[in-house]
Formats: sequence, C-alpha cells, structure tokens
Amino acid sequence: MNELQVLYQEVLLDHYRSPRNRGHLESVTGRAEGHNPLCGDRIAVEVEVEEGRLRNVAFEGSGCAISTASASLMTEAIAGLAEEEIAALFEQFRKAVTGDPAADLEPLGKLAVLCGVKDFPMRVKCATLAWHTLLAAMAGGGRVSTE
Amino acid sequence: MSSATPSEAIGAGGEAPDVERWRADFPILGRRVGGAALSYLDNAATTQKPRQVLAAMQRFYEASYGSVARGVHQLSAEATQQYEAARARVAAFLGAASPEEIVFVRGTTEAANLVAWSFARPRLQPGDEILVTELEHHSNVVPWQMVCEERGARLAVVPVDGSGEVDPGEFARRLGPQTKLAAFAHVSNALGTILPVAELVRLARAAGVPTFVDGAQSAPHMAVDVGLLGCDFFAFSGHKLYGPTGIGALYGRRERLAAMPPWQGGGGMIRSVSFERTTYDDPPRRFEAGTPAAAEAIGLAAAIDYLQTVGWPAIERHEDDLVATAIAGLESIPGLRLIGRPRARAGVVSFVLDGIHAHDLGTVLDHYGVAVRAGHHCAQPLMRRFAVPATVRASFALYNTRAEVAALHAAIAGARSIFGLDGSGSGEGRR
Repeated sequence: MNELQVLYQEVLLDHYRSPRNRGHLESVTGRAEGHNPLCGDRIAVEVEVEEGRLRNVAFEGSGCAISTASASLMTEAIAGLAEEEIAALFEQFRKAVTGDPAADLEPLGKLAVLCGVKDFPMRVKCATLAWHTLLAAMAGGGRVSTE
Repeated sequence: MSSATPSEAIGAGGEAPDVERWRADFPILGRRVGGAALSYLDNAATTQKPRQVLAAMQRFYEASYGSVARGVHQLSAEATQQYEAARARVAAFLGAASPEEIVFVRGTTEAANLVAWSFARPRLQPGDEILVTELEHHSNVVPWQMVCEERGARLAVVPVDGSGEVDPGEFARRLGPQTKLAAFAHVSNALGTILPVAELVRLARAAGVPTFVDGAQSAPHMAVDVGLLGCDFFAFSGHKLYGPTGIGALYGRRERLAAMPPWQGGGGMIRSVSFERTTYDDPPRRFEAGTPAAAEAIGLAAAIDYLQTVGWPAIERHEDDLVATAIAGLESIPGLRLIGRPRARAGVVSFVLDGIHAHDLGTVLDHYGVAVRAGHHCAQPLMRRFAVPATVRASFALYNTRAEVAALHAAIAGARSIFGLDGSGSGEGRR
C-alpha cells in the first residue's frame, strides 16, 4: 500500500460514510463548535460529563473524510473515560498524527487508522479538529478554530 | 472566450504547437511531486515564473540596483529610470492614458484597501452603500466592509444566478444616490465567470457611481483596456501574471487620484515636510510611501513583455482549449458536478464530486502530481450561494497542456477508486 492507501483505508472510509454518534444528546453539559478555515470543515461536539467522567458524546457537522472519521472514531474511543484519561489519549493521538516518534500507539486502538495522516502535514488539522472541539466542550463550551 | 471547441482550436488529441516552447521558459515545470510529474493547475492562486522575469530581476540587482528617486548617483538614476519604465509598461498594458495613472502596490488586495481608505472612506455617510457582487473574492469585500462599518454605511450585494453569472439588470436595480462605489470582479476567481464589466461600468456611470474593477483574474487571461472599460479604478496582481510576488498595480483615473488624500505617510510621497505642515507629492508618488519594490516592478514589466511576446490570440486560444477539454472530461465523470456554468469563462473550472469532499480530492490529486486548489477560494459567500462547503478548482495558464488535463481526469478516477466509488467494489482499487 502506498501512503495514500494507508491514509484512506477501509476503516476510515467506513466511519466517513457511516459516522457513529452523529446527532444531538438529550442531556448536554457542554457544547462547542470547531472550524477549520482552511478547508471549511465545521463540527459541533456535545458532551454529557458526570463527576469528571464522560457519559455521552455526539457530534455533527460537515467535513472531509479525515475530520468526519476522526470525530466518529473519537466518540467511540472516549466513551466512559475520565477527563484526564481523555486528555492523555489525545496527547498520544496528537503525537501519532504528527509523526512524533515518541507516540505510544498501544492505547490508541482503532484510532491508529488515522496515523496515515502523519505523511500529509496539511491534513493534521483535519484529524485533530474534533479533539480540540471536544476539549472545548468538556471545558464548558465555546468556539475553536484551527487557525 | 470559452466558445472555441477543442477541435476548432487545435487538432484533435494534439498539444498546441507552441506550448512545449513556452514550457521551456518555466524551470519549475520540470520538477516532480513524489513520484509523479507535476501538473500545476493552481494558476488562479499564483502562476509560475519564466526565466525572462527571473533574469530581469537578477540583472537589475547585479547591474543597476540603487534607491529609487532618492539619490543623485548613477545607480539611483538607473534604478529610478527602470522603475518608471516599468510603470509606463504597466500603463501601456492596461491602456491607461498616462503612467501617472498607475500606482504600484503589493497586489490587488492592497489596491482595494488603498481605494477603500483613500477614496471611499471620506465619501461615506451613514446609510450610504458600496455595491459588490455575490461572487467577490474576500479581498473585494472586506476592505469595503471595514470602511463601511466605521462610517455607518453598508454593503449592498448583487446576487449571482445559478449559472454563476451576474445579471446587469440586478446590478442596475441596486444603484442609487446612496451608492458611493461599485466594486466587482472582472473574472470570478472561484468560477471563472467573465463579468460584463463594460456594461456594469456603463450602468454605474449613468447613475453617477464610481467603479473599482478587481482584475486579478482577468489581466492574466485577456487584453484589458481601462479606457474601453471606462472604470475609475482597476487593479491586478503581478504574481498571478507570471510576475513576482509583492507587486501589483492600481490604475486610477487621473482626476480621481488627484482628488484623493494620501493613504500611507512616509518618505517618497511628500513635497515638503515641517513639523507644522506637510505637503504631498502628486499621484502616483503620493500613494507610494517608502522605498518601492523596484526589482518586483521591473520583474512585472518583464512578465508583461513575456505575455505580449507570446500574444493574446495564442494564449486565449490555448487556454480556451484547455478549459473546454477539462470540462468535456469532467462532465463524463459520474457524480461530478460543475459549480457555475457561465457563458463566458476564463481559465477556471470549479467542481464537486459526490462522496468525496473537496479537501480529500485535493489530497489525492496532489498524490498524482496534480496541484489544484481545494477549499472556499476566499469566496465564502459564493460557496454559501451554491450550498457547498468547498470546491475543487482547476485553473489554467499558458504553459498547461492537454496531457496535464488528462492527468487531472485520471487522478479523479483514481480518487473514485480509492473511495470505492468506481463500481469495483469497496476498496478494490486500493490494493
């Protein structure tokens, strides 16, 4: 497989075509909107946090395959985690998609399919947009931009 | 311009006879991207530079470089002479009545800002309007918006129809005593639409409304004559016209420029300075504070010389063929939708593809060596008009070839395969 085929592998395309946890939550403790002005991707993330632990998460928005699949995979990976566990997971994810050799792929699970982004520096912001928006939502809400 | 069919312009399947000779003038076109030959189809963003431009700038730096209009020494005299010769070259290129009607600026964006602050701002009262169209580049929206906000004025917007055109009737309906300026593109950077500029200017003048024409996308593709257009202001960027970055020109009708206050203060734009009072130089110097981008102006003049050596008929015939060939191939791709179907088009084709976001398509095309723009093209209102977040834009220059257009088509087929859209079964094309 070449770099392009690694980037757009089947798991990623499946989450792009059929995103998980897309929509709205009944009970929302935080909501944030994220925007990547370079490509026009927009995402909104809603969270329900209870006693420092994420009970539910949902997202909506329009974006490229990488940002949509990243958001979908993220919502699956973080379900039920404590806030600090989510922050630690994002740190490893961020290292993986930026090609940091210190990245620990072990805890990433299915998120590792996004590692192909490291060969496409222009697309790293697509992969991290959902995460930045998630952290803003968990911090109480607001707007984030990748610029 | 897009009326020529491929077979009319050039023998079927063949390249324009001169294109290989033109390509040899552009060193960068020989490079590869990853493993693929470069197909540079992002010319509406910026064009590559011919050796003739690079050589003119290097010659200036090596032989005649000095401060423009500031010294009595020989180098300063030569630099001044060459800088002013470049101004005259631009004036002739645009059909201006005299070089004094040409202000050197960094580019079209700076030209719009200059006109916004020096011409529009003092004339705006609360309730006044500046009229723009829905297809404008942000640089022909935001400068006007900024001065409008400050003066309590507002933007009025002429809508774009479903084919990506501006109806002169819709334009005329929005002109009135409240309209202090009409600003519009000559060619849409996002769709390629050629606007009926002469007619829009005529309508504006009939209503007593001055006009600013954004020529960033027209000047590289067609002969422009500001006298025939009749506009008050016309601006273009050197870097989109095979010239260097950091230089462009603002044409301003002599009496308009003469009535405008300076925009930026500094050296080079004054007649005399005391702490009590400063008097300003005449246009165009009044608007060129600071040491000018002389090497870039000389490079721009060399780019104009280059364009005129190739000649507009050959350029238009070749580029129309590329656009027509591109459209014909794109139309045969399932799920591909062209954004904008203007009757007259210059240099640009914009499209979206079902099932593949523009940004992903841009990444795949790049892998095939095909450089396009994927995004909103600094025209977010227009993207909203067509209800798309982004498009892929292929834009052409005189050095592009039918082989590069074919590479674009092949790369899109590759993207459809990677995304499992080609009927080969999901993922089949990825192995």
